[in-house]
Amino acid sequence: MMSPGSGISLDPWFDNYADRAAGLSASEVRALFAVASRPEVVSLAGGMPFVSALPFDRVRASVDRILATEGATALQYGSGQGLPSLREKILAVMAEEGIRAGVDDIVVTTGSQQGLDLVAKLFINPGDAILAESPSYVGAMGVFRSYQARVEHVAMDEHGMIPAALTERIAHLRTAGVPIKFLYLIPNFQNPAGVTLSATRRVEILDIAKENGILIVEDNPYGLLWFDSPPPQALRSVDEGGVIYLGSFSKTFAPGLRVGWVVAPHGIREKLVLASEAAILSPSSFAQMVLADYFGTQDWKSQIDTFRGLYRDRRDAMTTALAAHLPDVEHTDPAGGFYLWLTLPEGLDSKDMLPRAITELVAYTPGTAFFADGRGQRHLRLAFCYPEPDFITEGVRRLARVITEERELVETFGPAHSEVQAAANLESPPPEVV
Amino acid sequence: MGSTPTVLVLAGGISHERDISLKSGRKVADGLSSHELTVEIRDPDASLIGFLGDSAPDVVWPVLHGASGEDGALRALLEMLNIDYVGSSAEASRLAWNKPAAKTLVSRAGVATPASITLSRDAFRELGAESVLETVVDALGVPLIVKPAQGGSAQGVSWVDSPADLRKAMVHAFTYSDVALIEKRIQGVEVCVPIIDTGDGPHAIPPVEIEPLSGHYDFEARYTAGATRFYTPPRLANEILEALSAHALDAFAAVGLRHLARMDFIVDSEGTPWFLEASTMPGLTETSSTALALDSAGYDVGGVYAALVEASRTTA
Repeated sequence: MMSPGSGISLDPWFDNYADRAAGLSASEVRALFAVASRPEVVSLAGGMPFVSALPFDRVRASVDRILATEGATALQYGSGQGLPSLREKILAVMAEEGIRAGVDDIVVTTGSQQGLDLVAKLFINPGDAILAESPSYVGAMGVFRSYQARVEHVAMDEHGMIPAALTERIAHLRTAGVPIKFLYLIPNFQNPAGVTLSATRRVEILDIAKENGILIVEDNPYGLLWFDSPPPQALRSVDEGGVIYLGSFSKTFAPGLRVGWVVAPHGIREKLVLASEAAILSPSSFAQMVLADYFGTQDWKSQIDTFRGLYRDRRDAMTTALAAHLPDVEHTDPAGGFYLWLTLPEGLDSKDMLPRAITELVAYTPGTAFFADGRGQRHLRLAFCYPEPDFITEGVRRLARVITEERELVETFGPAHSEVQAAANLESPPPEVV
Repeated sequence: MGSTPTVLVLAGGISHERDISLKSGRKVADGLSSHELTVEIRDPDASLIGFLGDSAPDVVWPVLHGASGEDGALRALLEMLNIDYVGSSAEASRLAWNKPAAKTLVSRAGVATPASITLSRDAFRELGAESVLETVVDALGVPLIVKPAQGGSAQGVSWVDSPADLRKAMVHAFTYSDVALIEKRIQGVEVCVPIIDTGDGPHAIPPVEIEPLSGHYDFEARYTAGATRFYTPPRLANEILEALSAHALDAFAAVGLRHLARMDFIVDSEGTPWFLEASTMPGLTETSSTALALDSAGYDVGGVYAALVEASRTTA
């Protein structure tokens, strides 16, 4: 701890960290999210699935059955690629979205987040460009940053990424000589914006990617959680050679088991298996076996229907409350998933406003968390997946009060003219915060 | 006292500093447990008062930062319930929690404190931000530091180098509190002086010099291990260190504090210590300067915590 002449550092290895650890620091914004776990607070911040709607007795039956009949296998190391029995069930889940693949095309991962990390590890050299929606998933921003990628946001609207903007961005990067490693997309009920990439644009974007030799990473945790009608076909269902597909049981079942998967073209898949074994040896055998049993013996499609109805009600509660309490504030109108993207009145900054929101006992995620370049001040993400509808209504009511107070403050002092800066720290809610 | 007291450590709460409080509370509980005290940690909520009646702890240690923890409210309730607790009285906490009030008391005791003005949000609304800020800059100049009048962990604090940055700083402070303190920023060496009183009178613990690598002791510098360098003793002349300790004790007495507090100063190039603020329940996390000061001065930190518990049983 003591270093003569240079004082005391509470982390004597502080100067030894790799460049990729930059930004892994304490954050004032992140600390505020700790309050969101208190019951007095309506948290519209975290994207926690409402797992209480699961049939726990049937889940317990699967757990009991696995331990009683295959306990020694379940508690042992397993295959690096994942259990074939679960991979078969994954094929059935993906078939619901029109994706056809073989059992050997799938790599099971510890949540799709690990899949994303592995893909990034395989492809990104420092300074490489990753194309992403504007805004994009905060967890992906963290992964890409950790591999020192340059994230290039491509404009989107209510129909998803704008193909012309993608073409323009590719041309710009190519002219600048920046290698583009892949295009990262969340086509369905996007996190954070809640919008869905239209069928027409899917075709256009696939064409643009093919013409430019750019791999697509399709992240699809919410595709089955549609409210009124299914989203257009998955990109992977159209292009098997140019798309890496990330799937997850976290939203259709539960995130606590930490099981996701990757479907990738042959050459990439072989490397993914080796990279995954190097990182974690094998995904949890126990979790995979419980899932395989549950999806093999239970009516999981009805359970997904239950989730759809539940989240639809909560989306309705949120949009109704927004219409009542914040009628002049713009927001997206998601047709599935967990999230809604709200645009604040001119001059307001969602990150600056968060302490006031915490004081008023409501939490949200500031828009800046979803950009790699510090943009997003005028936006915030609201999650409707976890709180009961009455709490959502109350949360929006509180948020309206916060916005009114912040507006008065901005009227007093004028809008803050802060320069756009790259986000310094990880400022998203921790996974466990609701 | 004889028997080993049971201690209820309160940590968490719903203040902006909840996260820090949870970490501080666990460190306090660990320290007390290492000295064989029976310790329970509890997050204060609507069931707390009933719990206190049922469990009847010998001593409560409210390791709560921020509102209700440091503003005296919870301590006032403990006093009404005749429960011994570690830390300053409700009245003293209320004074220390209000930074402008604490500055006034300390200044009256003859300790220098930077020139400042305290302004409410309503004052700006009524008088107009532009003219008020112009007047402030004319009177205090720059650089300035803007803080919420209440609060800790540098939350809502801005370091203002140019008048153009002052509006943004005000908005930031008013997001945490309806009253803000605009203070002339003294350039110099930042120092903290913990004060401990375990029953035999307040003692100043040897000060710690704080050198944040970023230049500002903000939230990130406070709670990211390695982002700040500490010097014990500070790189200051002995007579300045002696003056610091004396001023810290004067300030402690002026606000009427007891048991434990951290007094923050900045020492200018002339060697004058300027009082900045007092914390009645300083952070006791792994990166907190108070814990470092105790450790560096050779104290058994858990032993100090146990002695504070014992002291609270005789003074409360």
